[in-house]
Amino acid sequence: MSTALDLITRVRGVRGAMLVSADDGIVIAEQLMEGIKGGAVAALAASLAGRLRRAMEAAGTGTSVFWHLQAEQGALLVVPDGNSSVAGGGGILVVAVAEPDVNIGLVRLELLRVAETVV
Amino acid sequence: MADDIRALSAQLAQDPQSLVFLRLGEALRRKGQLDAALRVAMNGLERHPHLADAHDLYARILTDKRDYERAFDEWDMAVRIAPNHTGALKGLAFLYFKVGDLAQAESHLEAARKVEPDDPSIDQAITMMRGGVSPPVPEPTVASPTVASPTLGALDEARVFAGLEGANEGLLLIDGAGRVLGGALRDRAGADVTDAVAAYLAGVSQEAARTAKLLGLGAWNGLSAEGQQGNVHLAHPTPEALLLVVRERGIPLGRLAILAHRATAMARRWLERGT
Repeated sequence: MSTALDLITRVRGVRGAMLVSADDGIVIAEQLMEGIKGGAVAALAASLAGRLRRAMEAAGTGTSVFWHLQAEQGALLVVPDGNSSVAGGGGILVVAVAEPDVNIGLVRLELLRVAETVV
Repeated sequence: MADDIRALSAQLAQDPQSLVFLRLGEALRRKGQLDAALRVAMNGLERHPHLADAHDLYARILTDKRDYERAFDEWDMAVRIAPNHTGALKGLAFLYFKVGDLAQAESHLEAARKVEPDDPSIDQAITMMRGGVSPPVPEPTVASPTVASPTLGALDEARVFAGLEGANEGLLLIDGAGRVLGGALRDRAGADVTDAVAAYLAGVSQEAARTAKLLGLGAWNGLSAEGQQGNVHLAHPTPEALLLVVRERGIPLGRLAILAHRATAMARRWLERGT
């Protein structure tokens, strides 16, 4: 799993990557720069993912395959694996924390690749 | 007319959630059956409290019943929900004229003229008013029984985003508690999913802010998500409000972010005008 996360953290501008349990927000694996509170970020990312999943299902867009929280000084990028589309489905979120000028497209591709690997 | 009323009543009985109550209420009002019209309008308002056309209908019935005070409140509410609702603007002008406030009456008619410059009834009302003659009680802009589409008034709050690409669908503005402020959403089958989505999104703004803060990323300014059948973008025009833009999957996230940026600016202006 650590090797899988390497795919993400080697992208320039990525400050860390995690695998998070979508159901309970617990960290499964992590590679984070110092100062990032992995446990708390995982919990909030899982909670946000759950809300998004329900809202997107209600809106008729289907479940999310990638989402991206943009902030002034960076971004949180998340790819839920296939099982995350079902509440209680034991899914995994692949999460990256990045600098504001990161290549979002590249990180997205790596996240998707890791999501396929870990399922 | 009686046949119209029977047909509309049957339609409403079949689908009580539909907006056919607007046409039924108006048909009853025109026939002078004001108590029945009032019941229809009130039932409609209970189901669609954020629909400006419903408040407009209710106000016209109240005006016919000479209950001007409550009519004023209803038209005022309609304008708060949809600031460019010409029916409500004309209604307020009519009531201001009734109490002798000609400046306010003219100002509301001018506001209506800006929205619908080609509407001759507005110029006519201004001329009549200046000549000291009361302008007529405004006729509905969308709820007329002669208007065929029962869904025309459904997305009234979408006027927040008037002129924006896809303003009548796929744009939703809510407050922090998940209450709809403007816009509307329909799913792929065409069903109205506005309230359900709004409820699920309640609290997302605070949660996104907490996450960004915890990561030391500063304030969050947007959330893009790619779905299996569509893409969405979330932004917050004010700290309390949340804007959702939904588009089909063919619209890339980058373009969606640009559209959301424009909608955010419009929503912010609309919210500022409403406070």
